[in-house]
Amino acid sequence: MTGLDFLLAGIGLVVVGAGWAVVATNQVVRAGLWLVVCLGALAAEFLLLTAELVAWTQVLIYLGAVVVLLLFAVMLTRAPIGPSPDLDRKIGPAGIVGVGVGLGLGTLFSVAYGWTRYDLPAQHGSAEVVGGPIFTTWVLPFEVVSVLLLSALVGAVVVSRGSK
Amino acid sequence: MHPLIPYAVASILFGLGVVGVLRRRNAILLLMAVELMLNAVNLVFITANATLPKAEPTGQIFTLFVIVIAAAEIGVGLAVVLQLFRLKAAINVDEIPLAEPAGEPEKEVADAG
Repeated sequence: MTGLDFLLAGIGLVVVGAGWAVVATNQVVRAGLWLVVCLGALAAEFLLLTAELVAWTQVLIYLGAVVVLLLFAVMLTRAPIGPSPDLDRKIGPAGIVGVGVGLGLGTLFSVAYGWTRYDLPAQHGSAEVVGGPIFTTWVLPFEVVSVLLLSALVGAVVVSRGSK
Repeated sequence: MHPLIPYAVASILFGLGVVGVLRRRNAILLLMAVELMLNAVNLVFITANATLPKAEPTGQIFTLFVIVIAAAEIGVGLAVVLQLFRLKAAINVDEIPLAEPAGEPEKEVADAG
């Protein structure tokens, strides 16, 4: 265990704790705010794993756009301030399925990787290193994704405009 | 760097997302749980990319694509949820009837179109 491992594990604990708060809190607005903590800690985890560009994209798009959109939606649907008792179904079946999925994935990863140690490559996630392949190898998916984003946003406008 | 640590975090986060999707009744909280699952997958991509011997950013590029698609998904999803809220005045997914009750005129469908 190196210092990097301890950092990854500590920030991972923050991610998991905040994620648990997102699915367990009984106040709608607080779930959105815990989501900020969870996604921000994940961005820190990306930074530790040398993926700088992705980490800052995460901060920009998730923390900057998606969470704000979710909080707007919370306001527009007149969510009550303060605890709401009827936010959840019973935890039984959902908990069983969730624990099963988590344990299954964890077993898969531990079987596949074990306690192997890898050295992080240097300069692995800078904008130059990531941007080059995007505009050469991955340029077709990149353009398709931009068309998808455009059509999704036009679709969102059409859906929310209603009939008039 | 032991990749099992971020992998374990990603597995737990994905499990939490599954619990949230199955347990929450509020549609917006359900979308938040979906975001948790997508981010767990992103963490897997980034970690797998960091274990590659050569400095190839393929996993990071896939993560960027996932982030963009998640942004599109949340835009359309919230538009649908808000429209449902306007039409049915309910935000809890198990209170919204899936089909129109028989015999009722199709007023709401006409509104939606």
